[in-house]
Amino acid sequence: MTGPLRVWSIPWLLLFLRHEVLALPSRVIALLFVLFLLFFPLFSQDPYLLRVLTLSALFALYAASWDLLSGYTGQVSLGHAFFFGISGYASALLGRELGLAPWATIPLGAALATLAGLLVGLPSLRVKGPYLSLVTLAFPILALGIIFLFPNFTGGELGLSGLPRLGQNRLEEYYLVTLTMLVSVYILWRIANSRLGLIFHALREDEAAVRMVGVNTVAYKLLAFAVSAFFAGLAGGLYAHYLRVAGPDSLSLFTSIQPVIWTVFGGIATIYGPVAGAFLLVPLLELLRVAEEWRMVGFAILILLVMRFLPQGVVRGVLDRLEEECPRCKVRNPFTRRRCRVCGVEMRLEVRA
Amino acid sequence: MLAAILVNGLVLSGIYGMLALGFALTYGVARILNLAHTAFYMAASYFLFFLLGYTGFLPAALLAALLVLGLALLAYRFLLEPLREHEATVLIVTIAIALLFQEVLLLLFGGHFRSVPALLPGFVELLGVRVAQQALLALAFAALVLLLAWAFLKGSRIGLAIRAAAQDMEAAELVGVSLSRAGYWAVGLGALLAALAGLAVAPMATLEPHMWTAPLLVVLAAVVLGGLGSLPGALLGAVILAFAEVVVVNLVPGGAFLRTAVALSVLVLVLVLKPEGLFGTSFAEER
Repeated sequence: MTGPLRVWSIPWLLLFLRHEVLALPSRVIALLFVLFLLFFPLFSQDPYLLRVLTLSALFALYAASWDLLSGYTGQVSLGHAFFFGISGYASALLGRELGLAPWATIPLGAALATLAGLLVGLPSLRVKGPYLSLVTLAFPILALGIIFLFPNFTGGELGLSGLPRLGQNRLEEYYLVTLTMLVSVYILWRIANSRLGLIFHALREDEAAVRMVGVNTVAYKLLAFAVSAFFAGLAGGLYAHYLRVAGPDSLSLFTSIQPVIWTVFGGIATIYGPVAGAFLLVPLLELLRVAEEWRMVGFAILILLVMRFLPQGVVRGVLDRLEEECPRCKVRNPFTRRRCRVCGVEMRLEVRA
Repeated sequence: MLAAILVNGLVLSGIYGMLALGFALTYGVARILNLAHTAFYMAASYFLFFLLGYTGFLPAALLAALLVLGLALLAYRFLLEPLREHEATVLIVTIAIALLFQEVLLLLFGGHFRSVPALLPGFVELLGVRVAQQALLALAFAALVLLLAWAFLKGSRIGLAIRAAAQDMEAAELVGVSLSRAGYWAVGLGALLAALAGLAVAPMATLEPHMWTAPLLVVLAAVVLGGLGSLPGALLGAVILAFAEVVVVNLVPGGAFLRTAVALSVLVLVLVLKPEGLFGTSFAEER
């Protein structure tokens, strides 16, 4: 090759693809997954399949937002439905009272969720560990109590139905939700792998040490809550408009637990883990509808078995078998290679007698 | 009104007290945040309901308690103990266990409301309040169980080991407590307490497969309110939250919607003022 290679030129892109993406099974899987999501409607526009994928994307975003807060900073939130639910309610109420369109109300709902995140984050400055989890648990229950108290304004048990649709048809809604999910997850992933993510990691491992090196832990803990709540709120607003109802279900204990299940199943503190978890489990739950009565039994047993044998989640469990770390330069390699692809050192030392 | 609050509050305190003590034992010694705890309580009530079709009350109750104990020990042995390192994984495994119980009961009994006939039908007048005799029996039963559990924890060597492990795991291990054995005892005792609470509640409440969620929230709140790892704290927390609930239901209009919400606000308030709970040992310094 002659001449300097311009970054973002076509030859550079091809080289990048060959040496950085295709070299590792995990990246190939991620690329195939994104391509699958983007081109799926070319092959099938079955409304049912589109619906399952759209819901999976919504839950993936919701779970990834949970992972940034709970996986990275270790502040396990058991009340994430608070952000998800109030954003949906806020969006519905703004639409009803002010007549705004969804593209305006959903961001406003997410902004409100961000404020709620700061509010829920305030106790985190004093309360830690399991105590904090239980404090967060209280918020959606409180919100639910208030919603039931004012049924004329909030719709009570029935919730607010008949919200405006996200798009003209299922296909438009699919692309809107999927693209929002991909962009948001990419942003979350970049955050998690930046200096900020490093500080979040450190907060989980040893908060006192982080404070000792002069990091303002208060600001970072609140920031984690705010960012996570924003994306959870985004997912909640989209979800309410997709189903066209904002109801008390979106604040229930089960809605709070869901992102925990998707994330831990996929792999906690990875960002892509929750996405994998949601895209594996949500369609699976649909598939289990063939045996409606046994559906949740099968689901529970599956989770028990998978967690028993892959306690770190499916993604880590599978990738650890497909890839291994170079003992010298710590770069990951596919399991097929005998020598590291970067430093050329032998991956496995032969044991000689 | 005051008398009603007092009597109902005491009955509810007894039930929550048994559940909270069991939960605190499991968390304190085995370090498992067991979200399936009230599922065991539900299972015991349903076992009782099922077995009453075949035998009298006493053998049915005994058998139900033993079945729950067995289930809990099996779950601990095969699912929870091997995963203890991974906290988040344990959390969802316990959720999955609770979900499994709920769904299996839904399959076997359907979603209908079931009830167990009261052992002591009829009412008595107490301080000007009509109280079901069954509720008084449940209160006496709860008091007896809690006293026995307390005597066991205070009086026996195993109880000493359990309390030591709940207070400080490392120090307990240093003086020769087998944490693994203490864990089995604590999990067994915790499940047994949950089962007994279920047996006490069964004749008063309606049984349905979702009955485990409402008490779960209160029990979690009670244990945290008292301070995780503190056994007297768990009991005190249970009493406070039981009375908070009864007061709200009796005095506030629309209180039934708010009962859990108010109980949890009490919790948030206490934690913000005193982050380690009322009697908590500080886990923050644990490394």
